[in-house]
Amino acid sequence: MVDLETLPEEPSESAAPEVDIVHAIETRKLNLWYGTFQAIFDVDLEVKHNLITSMIGPSGCGKSTFLRCCNRINERLGYVRTTGAVEILGHDIYAPEVELIQVRKQVGMVFQRPNPLPLSIRDNILFGARLHDPEAAKASRAAQDDIVEKALTRVLLWDTVKDRLGHSARELSLEEQQKLCIARLLPVQPKVLLMDEPCSALDPKGTEAVEELIWELREAYTILIVTHNMAQARRASDECIFMLHGKVVEHTKTAEMFVTPIHKETADYIEGRYG
Amino acid sequence: MAQGIAKAPLPDQRNLAWYVDKTVQVLVFVGGISAILLILGIFVFITKEGMGFITQTLDIGEFFTSPNWRPTSENRPTYGALALIAGTASVTGLAMLVAVPFSLGAAIFIGEFATGKTREILKILVEMLAAIPSVVWGFIGLSIMNPLIIDLFNVPVGLNVLNSGLILGLMAAPIMTTLAEDALKAVPDGYREAAEAMGATRWQVIFRVVFPAAKNGLVAAVLLGVGRGFGETMAVLMASGHSINIPTSPFDSVRALTATIAAELGETAVGSDHYRALFTLGIFLFAITFLINLTADLVVRGPRKR
Repeated sequence: MVDLETLPEEPSESAAPEVDIVHAIETRKLNLWYGTFQAIFDVDLEVKHNLITSMIGPSGCGKSTFLRCCNRINERLGYVRTTGAVEILGHDIYAPEVELIQVRKQVGMVFQRPNPLPLSIRDNILFGARLHDPEAAKASRAAQDDIVEKALTRVLLWDTVKDRLGHSARELSLEEQQKLCIARLLPVQPKVLLMDEPCSALDPKGTEAVEELIWELREAYTILIVTHNMAQARRASDECIFMLHGKVVEHTKTAEMFVTPIHKETADYIEGRYG
Repeated sequence: MAQGIAKAPLPDQRNLAWYVDKTVQVLVFVGGISAILLILGIFVFITKEGMGFITQTLDIGEFFTSPNWRPTSENRPTYGALALIAGTASVTGLAMLVAVPFSLGAAIFIGEFATGKTREILKILVEMLAAIPSVVWGFIGLSIMNPLIIDLFNVPVGLNVLNSGLILGLMAAPIMTTLAEDALKAVPDGYREAAEAMGATRWQVIFRVVFPAAKNGLVAAVLLGVGRGFGETMAVLMASGHSINIPTSPFDSVRALTATIAAELGETAVGSDHYRALFTLGIFLFAITFLINLTADLVVRGPRKR
């Protein structure tokens, strides 16, 4: 088993000098096929640490697929083939000795449709903690309550739900459900958060609230967010990646991309000529 | 001069399609209602035959507490069903011990692990297993299990609770597998994906997420299996030994309620006390299976109402 968190401290065989990892996610020549259909072509990307990076592009351009490579959740489909490397915090997560569980502990994911588990609000928050930390599973009720309160407070949900922690999470509004889905990742202390159009199922008010929350979280986490909404990418991300037909066209600072795009395709997409 | 438009056909014209539609409506209605009428009819028939006996002759206390089922005794016939109830209960109980782990395991494998062709073939096989006639199962109990049990456990008779419980368990497992698999399949895939993305293993996903979500359907599957066990006649008749006995070990022969009716009804005079006593057993069985099925139904529907 490879623990991504502890490995860097151990002496590595290459004896290379330890450098601070600048890139939370780095891919080299990443290709992906669904059966015989190639969805991603030779993608080389470097996603910087502790920034919000957004991915934009028309439907089917491979942005969600790319995101789903970063925690290898793509593989549950069974007919997916991947070549190349994806390094998360300096470790190739596609290396044969890697344990998926450790990858997913480091990399949390928020889905398009809020998908709280069919458990109580409390159990949703404790779900990840119980999986990864045997002590949390056995901890006293007070200690668990503490985990729940911290996570819910962090996503600004504590005041709304503190009196009904035992209720089913499916009773919450969509906005609250999505916040809960973010909150349940936090007790495990992931380094990277992947978000697949996290606001697309929400109304404008919910979108605003969740966006604010994501902005709040950016100092502590590296956030890679896929969005259909260009306005959202523009106002809520530091860097922006534009993908088209499974390839990365452009990757610059968000402010630059939306003012002076380098490629014609980018400019066309941003101006709404297709997509 | 402007030309007038052609006059529209009469709106109340009836063509062939209209008549076909009406006929089909009537047929479908009759088909639908007849199922309900038939069940009601059966219920009324059984009650009519047995109820008079229950209220006049039968000693209810004796029925439930006495193990003596001697309807043909010349001096004083007794109608104690306790041994028969114990027989049915013990066989069904053992059958469930066999069937629940088997069918849940099979359902988990088919629903959660098998993919593509494996899954399709397994599903077809399970459905084929469910279609094996019960007399064939009884035959297996009689001719294969019987000598096997005698040899393995060194007991004089191989037709007993163990034999019929195993047979009944294997019989009930396919239908329970199908129902349990349906219940697992009804769990939205998003739950599994969410749990896997958080780092849960396949087993953790199944045990902590899918099971709680499918709980009602799984309970219903088990209950319907129990109902099936209670009502099964032929296989139990052939494999249980058919001797009136309150079992104290799995190697005791027993007699089931259903098997009693099947074996004795043909030899009684219509309208006699014995005949009506058998109908009392029928009412009792009907009530139990009805309750089990109703419970299963309520368990499945329960959470949806909220």
